[in-house]
Amino acid sequence: MSATTPPDAGSAALDADALQHIAAEKPGGIVARERGFFHDVSAIAGRALRSIPREPEAIIPALIVPVFFFVVNIGSLQNAAQGAARAAGGSGAPPFDFKAFQVPVAIIFAVTGVSRASALVTDIQDGYFDRLLMTPIKRISLLLGLMVADFALVIALSIPVLILGFILGVRFETGILGALLFLLMAGGWGLVFTGFPYAIALKTGNPAAVNSSFILFFPFAFLTTSFLPQSQLTGWLSTIADYNPVTYLLEGLRSLIMVGWDAESLLKGLAAIAGVGLVSMTLAFSALRGRLKRGG
Amino acid sequence: MAVASVLTESLRRTFGGNDAVAGVDLEVAPGEIYGFLGPNGAGKSTTVRMLCTLLRPTSGRAVVAGYDVAEHAQQVRLHIGVALQDAALDPRQSGVELLRLQAKLYGLSRADTEARLADLRALVDIGDQIDDRIGTYSGGMKRRLDLAAALIHNPDVLFLDEPTTGLDPVSRLKVWEEVRHLNQRLGMTIFLTTQYLEEADELCHRVGIIDRGIVVAEGTPEDLKRSVGKDVIIARVDRTDDVERACAAVRRVPGVEKVEQRGDEMSIQTADGAAALSPVAVALDGCGVKVRSLTMRTPTLDDVFLQITGAHLQSDEVPA
Repeated sequence: MSATTPPDAGSAALDADALQHIAAEKPGGIVARERGFFHDVSAIAGRALRSIPREPEAIIPALIVPVFFFVVNIGSLQNAAQGAARAAGGSGAPPFDFKAFQVPVAIIFAVTGVSRASALVTDIQDGYFDRLLMTPIKRISLLLGLMVADFALVIALSIPVLILGFILGVRFETGILGALLFLLMAGGWGLVFTGFPYAIALKTGNPAAVNSSFILFFPFAFLTTSFLPQSQLTGWLSTIADYNPVTYLLEGLRSLIMVGWDAESLLKGLAAIAGVGLVSMTLAFSALRGRLKRGG
Repeated sequence: MAVASVLTESLRRTFGGNDAVAGVDLEVAPGEIYGFLGPNGAGKSTTVRMLCTLLRPTSGRAVVAGYDVAEHAQQVRLHIGVALQDAALDPRQSGVELLRLQAKLYGLSRADTEARLADLRALVDIGDQIDDRIGTYSGGMKRRLDLAAALIHNPDVLFLDEPTTGLDPVSRLKVWEEVRHLNQRLGMTIFLTTQYLEEADELCHRVGIIDRGIVVAEGTPEDLKRSVGKDVIIARVDRTDDVERACAAVRRVPGVEKVEQRGDEMSIQTADGAAALSPVAVALDGCGVKVRSLTMRTPTLDDVFLQITGAHLQSDEVPA
């Protein structure tokens, strides 16, 4: 055998000469340490944000889809929606700005379902998730770091849609502050919605299952006041829209553009985000706990 | 013995009612290279995953670097480095980015990170490609980077789960060299699993042989081989049908203690191989069996495994 001196009871397997080498070579003072929750979250978020520009294929649809729907909805429904509004409100009613009405819809389309869940599944499959689990970072930061990156991304995705709205003449009744709150609420919605794909990713570790979570987007985004005001919805769609949190989110976002500072609408919108967030985050963090319990 | 770097007591893990690890007792001293040798599915990786805090034991206890893996998992993580069986890397990052992130997750300062990167570049040994995306690396490059990631924080105990599986001979020797270096120069305790006899023999101070979740033998490679206590003559015959007849003939040779057969191969144990070789050849010739090769060797760890379990290890040599 050509290995080093075998240790036996009481032997550290190293002679004095070797210990001198250790003193010379051991990197001085390099000791692993815990750095705290915020450090861990920022490290994980930083990695996620670095990866985003390297996967343009994951981002481009989120840019194109909202712009497409925004343009198509205005082109096809503007006259009908404005006509219906005039008929409902009478000749003295203020003109109905369908472009302003559609901006929040486009934003919701941009931010709903955008997450790093597919990347998380890849990490699980590649074993990199295990490597992260073996570091001394807080377990919760593995998910929160990704969500912080998602929040930054959905805000970034909202900006081009908002600029398009400005170009088409949409203005905020609540000014710059209202626009900022609008972005934060959109980002908040995008953030809480990520809980669903993350829950599926952590529960299954299956990329196909994560991709299929996109289906959740449809009832949230279409069974609501995407195309017409709630007063003009009828039948089953009106009933479902009453229970769809996106209805209240859109109401809050629209109030910032079309109405002004309307506390009731804003509170309803924030409550909708909080309610969905409570469900989605509970699912996501339960799935994380389950995966940790199962062993990576 | 000084406080053990790795200590397990009746460590057990079950999956769906089946024991993957069925009560393992280990004690690995600081500064030791300990090899966990066994065939695929023996429980090596499951044991390592428990020791690395990835998997909670079903029962029993494991202490690594002085900390209980179940109760003080964070402390264990601060003191261990791990390279799992498959290189656990992110193909979307570059090698440097991955190492920097790893250093950050272990709380290293910027200066320490740069110092460690400078040290580990030599180990990774891929020149400027370390700035390329990991997805473009070869298998050997990935394994070396994986090992570097495990070492970034200068751990006290290093776990290597089948570190050379799938590596070419040059990369394999490089890993062996690095393992020896880490142990000899830095005093790092190294716990490695392998299914390669040569690797266990070459690298390890002590070897634990695991089969079906239980440690069936433990000791230095020399002691284990000495426990078999016999030379081994290996005879390969031309036709598998002839093996039975050949075995019967060889069993009658004076000095032959045991004859095992596997396919077209006979394994003949004898106290004095040199003395028995010629009579064995004569006996084989006398029974009319055409012999393809006849070789003598000293016992290997495979012979130890064979003696204890009645089966060979699945792989008895490192692939070229």
